[in-house]
Amino acid sequence: MSDALEPPVSTAEPEPALVKRHHGIVRLTHWVNVVVFVIMVGSGLRIFNAYPQFARPGEVFALWPFGSTPIPAWLTFGRWLGGARHWHFAAMWLLVANGLLYLGYLFFRGEWRHLAPRRGDMRDAWEMLKYYAFVRRDHPVQGKHNALQKTAYASMPVLAAVIVLSGLAIWKPVTLGFITALFGNYQIARFVHFAAMCVLILLAVGHVVMVFSVDPYSLRSMLSGWYNPATSPEARNARPFLNLWRRKPVS
Amino acid sequence: MIPRRQFLSITAATLAGGALAACNANPKGARGLLAFAGRQTEKVETALFRHRAEDRVPMDAIVSGMQFPQYFISRSVPIWDPAVRGEWRLEVTGAVRRPLSLTLSELMGLPAVRQKVDHFCVEGWNARAEWWGVRVSELARLAQLTSDAQVVDFQSFDDGYHESWDIDSALHRQTIIAYAKDGAMLPPGWGAPARVHSPVKLGYKNTKYLTRIVFQPQRNGGYWSDRGYEWYGGT
Repeated sequence: MSDALEPPVSTAEPEPALVKRHHGIVRLTHWVNVVVFVIMVGSGLRIFNAYPQFARPGEVFALWPFGSTPIPAWLTFGRWLGGARHWHFAAMWLLVANGLLYLGYLFFRGEWRHLAPRRGDMRDAWEMLKYYAFVRRDHPVQGKHNALQKTAYASMPVLAAVIVLSGLAIWKPVTLGFITALFGNYQIARFVHFAAMCVLILLAVGHVVMVFSVDPYSLRSMLSGWYNPATSPEARNARPFLNLWRRKPVS
Repeated sequence: MIPRRQFLSITAATLAGGALAACNANPKGARGLLAFAGRQTEKVETALFRHRAEDRVPMDAIVSGMQFPQYFISRSVPIWDPAVRGEWRLEVTGAVRRPLSLTLSELMGLPAVRQKVDHFCVEGWNARAEWWGVRVSELARLAQLTSDAQVVDFQSFDDGYHESWDIDSALHRQTIIAYAKDGAMLPPGWGAPARVHSPVKLGYKNTKYLTRIVFQPQRNGGYWSDRGYEWYGGT
């Protein structure tokens, strides 16, 4: 059989239509948040290190079994307690303004619909976990985000509210004593502030790991706004570190 | 090829990261910006302050007692020795019509308050004690402030330690000149013979080993305020 008899088949894939995935406000607030979050965590850990425990002097705090072990200095920011406090109290305004801009955008553009929890999320999240655990063969059908992402992103504003409120509670325990009272007392508010930070760090680390191991193509959409649906994890049947490359068109 | 926007974003992220690292290594580079932010924050704090917002500790709450940390800047516990310095007196001066000079027994003869309140340290701990003392607002009433009294400087015999306050915080109901703690006269380790105590300011603003209260028109910093901690230091 000679090649000449073969019908001409174009091997070039049709260039897929890019879709606009993230509005400029979402991209701006995302990256501002990366910088401000790093400052807030680093300076917060430096502030914590000035008294790395939660009990009053001479008392015990049942929820903190680590004694008074400080956070390693290289994880902290601001060099000393006073410096870290200046950074923390400066960056907090940026964090709040940035968060309000993002939430305002979600609200007025209706994009909260992509994140708002709805019935079936639990089931969908379970299906995602089954898929990642190889119990299920094919990627569950999803909207803009899969159910696990949705849960993570939707919990961010809730955690933000907790961390802002507990922050106010320990910044102004007398002037805003009614907020401190919401948490029980000063120590508990300080602990909640710390714990909410830990959860946010876990979510952020999980987010970054998943971006690079499951959907590195989404990095483009958070930079330029554009996304190629042909490279979506759903289209690639991608699991963490698996099927990172686009599938060849089936001939 | 990297799209232009992507290139710009990556460049911006790198610069931001570099700036962060630089700031951490040398805070002087960011000092102007931080000072500006600090002034704005202080405006918000001052606006938030309310005389009616008080620290509420249940009367049956356990006090920290001996666990209440001691603090002074001298090499050893500052003790007022009457044989060397004469009788201790508390001077109330500055922008007042009637300057006061009170001995300890005269101070104790003034209308006293007894309050169990928190002590919030800048480091992040808090401790509780029951304090006996005279409200600063009572001393201000006796001394008759003039309109120049916008700031109060609390001075000590602890190696020049002092801290100046905004007048509102000083005249708060829970800001007192304390001479007794947990039912006993103030021990030397905790600021004897008298000290400022208030839950509305962080610990470092609460001058111990008090000697002079100066009402004045301008702020004049303080021991820790001059070393980079916030001047306002309010809770």
